[in-house]
Amino acid sequence: MSNSPLTPGIVPNRLPEATLAQNFGDHIAPLDRHEARVAADRCYFCHDAPCMTACPTGIDIPLFIRQIATGTPDAAARTILSQNILGGMCARVCPTETLCEEVCVREVAEGKPVEIGRLQRFATDTLMAKGVHPFARAAATGRRVAVVGAGPAGLACAHRLAMKGHEVVIYDGRGKPGGLNEYGIASYKAVDDFAQAEVAWLLKIGGITVKNGMILGRDVMLADLQRGYDAVFLGFGLAGVNALRAKGEDLAGVADAVEFIAGLRQARDKGAVPVGRNVVVIGGGMTAVDAAVQSKLLGAESVTIVYRRGQEKMAASGYEQEHAAAAGVRIIHNAAPVAVHGDGAVAEVEFAYTEDRAEGLKIGAETFRLKADQVFKAIGQTLAGAPEGLMVQGGKIATTGAGRTSVAGVWAGGDCAGGGEDLTVTAVAQGRDAAEDIHAALAAKG
Amino acid sequence: MADLSANFIGIPSPNPFWLASAPPTDKEYNVRRAFDAGWGGVVWKTLGSEGPPIVNVSGPRYGAIWGADRRLLGLNNIELITDRPLQVNLDEIRRVKRDYPKHALVISLMVPCDEESWKDILHRIEDTGADGVELNFGCPHGMAERGMGSAVGQVPEYIEMVTAWVKHYSKMPCIVKLTPNVTSILPPAMAAKRGGADAVSLINTIKSVTNVDLDHFSPFPMIDGQGSHGGYCGPAVKPIALNMVGEIARHKDTRGLPISGIGGVTTWRDAAEFMAMGAGNVQVCTAAMTYGFKIVEEMISGLSQYLDEKAMTLDALVGRAVPNFVEWQDLNLNYVTKAKIDQDACISCGRCYAACEDTSHQAIAMSPERVFTVKDEECVACNLCVNVCPVENCITMVEMPKGALDPRTGRSVGDYANWTTHPNNPSAQAAE
Repeated sequence: MSNSPLTPGIVPNRLPEATLAQNFGDHIAPLDRHEARVAADRCYFCHDAPCMTACPTGIDIPLFIRQIATGTPDAAARTILSQNILGGMCARVCPTETLCEEVCVREVAEGKPVEIGRLQRFATDTLMAKGVHPFARAAATGRRVAVVGAGPAGLACAHRLAMKGHEVVIYDGRGKPGGLNEYGIASYKAVDDFAQAEVAWLLKIGGITVKNGMILGRDVMLADLQRGYDAVFLGFGLAGVNALRAKGEDLAGVADAVEFIAGLRQARDKGAVPVGRNVVVIGGGMTAVDAAVQSKLLGAESVTIVYRRGQEKMAASGYEQEHAAAAGVRIIHNAAPVAVHGDGAVAEVEFAYTEDRAEGLKIGAETFRLKADQVFKAIGQTLAGAPEGLMVQGGKIATTGAGRTSVAGVWAGGDCAGGGEDLTVTAVAQGRDAAEDIHAALAAKG
Repeated sequence: MADLSANFIGIPSPNPFWLASAPPTDKEYNVRRAFDAGWGGVVWKTLGSEGPPIVNVSGPRYGAIWGADRRLLGLNNIELITDRPLQVNLDEIRRVKRDYPKHALVISLMVPCDEESWKDILHRIEDTGADGVELNFGCPHGMAERGMGSAVGQVPEYIEMVTAWVKHYSKMPCIVKLTPNVTSILPPAMAAKRGGADAVSLINTIKSVTNVDLDHFSPFPMIDGQGSHGGYCGPAVKPIALNMVGEIARHKDTRGLPISGIGGVTTWRDAAEFMAMGAGNVQVCTAAMTYGFKIVEEMISGLSQYLDEKAMTLDALVGRAVPNFVEWQDLNLNYVTKAKIDQDACISCGRCYAACEDTSHQAIAMSPERVFTVKDEECVACNLCVNVCPVENCITMVEMPKGALDPRTGRSVGDYANWTTHPNNPSAQAAE
């Protein structure tokens, strides 16, 4: 070990290998069989269960939990996966505390919900460990559909289409499929290369070809896809990143949080990823938390999240905020960056106190500075590279119904499309529903 | 602290908690530990005749039913009576009784159904100084195939005959242990009384198969791929035992016959319920086998506290609920209650709704906001919603006052009247 948390600058190897291995191990331990049965027994099997309504993919949660309780986790997994083919990843990354578990009647009654997320992971892990794929394709239809983006939306769409007997080709801009599951999720939430294992398992359905390194607008054109396929689904996410619009933003040491998170995910040796001694993360969402917590886990001495509005407006859930705090991250609210200072490289970030008023955010005159040798911008991603001719609304591809865009024969879903929160589970639901709509449209065409 | 010292058919014990004749009371070592742990009495595991000892299986003797967290709810066994030589048992009994003179020590017996066998064993027991005998007419497995245990308990004439022999050849108090594997518990109890029994104890275990191994297609406990029925006990059998105890306690021909209550007694509360239903003391087995002897401390403290709070003696508790244990035809048909849901306590799980809507009387309404309310005009007060509600006291049954209009029947609540006088009862009209 060459460095320590106190080493100045942005350097690798701040912590011993063993500590890093522990820090980036499974964040939430999987349930064993007995634990799962005990956890499952807490479910009341509610009538018209609120958890089911809260799930964007509408998983029959009481049923799958009962299937676990009765010793049939494979059947539970089928219940989950029939609604959400990425149920394995969603079990790991869903903000259950703001979805199913938030409305669990036991959360309401006792502040202790049924551990739906962990139970879902138990079921899907049990099935996936057997290496079997539980769904079979319908007879081939001879129809071909192009899917742009191998993230949660694209994969869910492709799988459902393949199941219906269509042939699917996925075009993805990155080197590996998975989208944000592979590049955008904190490492400790998807250990053991889970995203790739899940994609490989999903593709076992057959009838899906993935073409990596193909960027829409550069390597492949929408018009070509429209000509070459019976339908097109766009699920390429948000490739752009918002700028700080503060002086000094281009100083060395200022980076995009999503790049940092992606690099860390791809790094086999976490110690090789350099991190600052004093890290400042600007933003208030999941990306900010993931970048900040992981900076801390890499050995940064001090990590601070600064968010321009109040705590109640943070997109990161209360659970995530607590997780950050427990990791030793400081969170400052109601402060916006006005300048990044430094000689060649960042040394300090200057913030102004803000007031969140009805008419808008007011940047105050009083400022303060935080020491920083590394700054991560986590203030949101933007739509980039949307093909000409598609109607865009509020920074997203406009859709009606189940992901229909303004162009006939072109559907869209996931983060690049409007509607719903930018969550893995929402993307899965949109991809799946678009697939059903595409299938119906193709069938209607005869 | 309430005085828990008990006297059951002349046998004193520091408290009414005895260990039943079963594996925990098979030998000196366990029985000494039990008395040291605080148990008031022990019924020594059943002794058989002189001769080659009993042979037990060398595979599983027990099967079980569990709740989700492996809480043991029911236990089934195929163990036979003691498999140790008679003289070894007798010597141990003598030593234990000498060292624990204030504790109850009763010896369970099971010998072939002939007078000589009983005469012989009784004299040997008397020599040990034991306080009494319990006749094992209950075990439903193994020994029953050899004409003993429940094979005797199912024939009232045999019960009477053997009991009479025991009373003839011995001065010791005699408890007759009854099998629940009968259509009615009353004839065996009456037979025991006729034979001169000082008390009955019940229930022994219930013939049962706990589960079937779905890979080997064998009942469990499985011995080399096969299973035989066992005797069921533990918390799951308590309701059956309570009924049988109560039936004997209230019947005119058996009323007053002392009862030692057995069957799923796990806590002080179970014990108090058995005693209220007419048991003079209780015997415990499965709870001790599940948690060890220490549980008696909770039983002692719990029962003491209860008696203190009620300002009641132990004797006053015995049989307290018996006058209220009636036949269905005696129940007040003009007693009208309606379910009421406490909206503050309700957690909106909707189980009451599913239960009532799917399986009962469609008497619960569900609003789009998941507010559940009772439709009094449909509610027959069946109590199912109360039983399925996960929140205690969230749903309660509220009695309608006399004279109030029951919206379900359109009639006002009247005075006590039961089936025997009801106009729909053909027998009632015939009697007029």
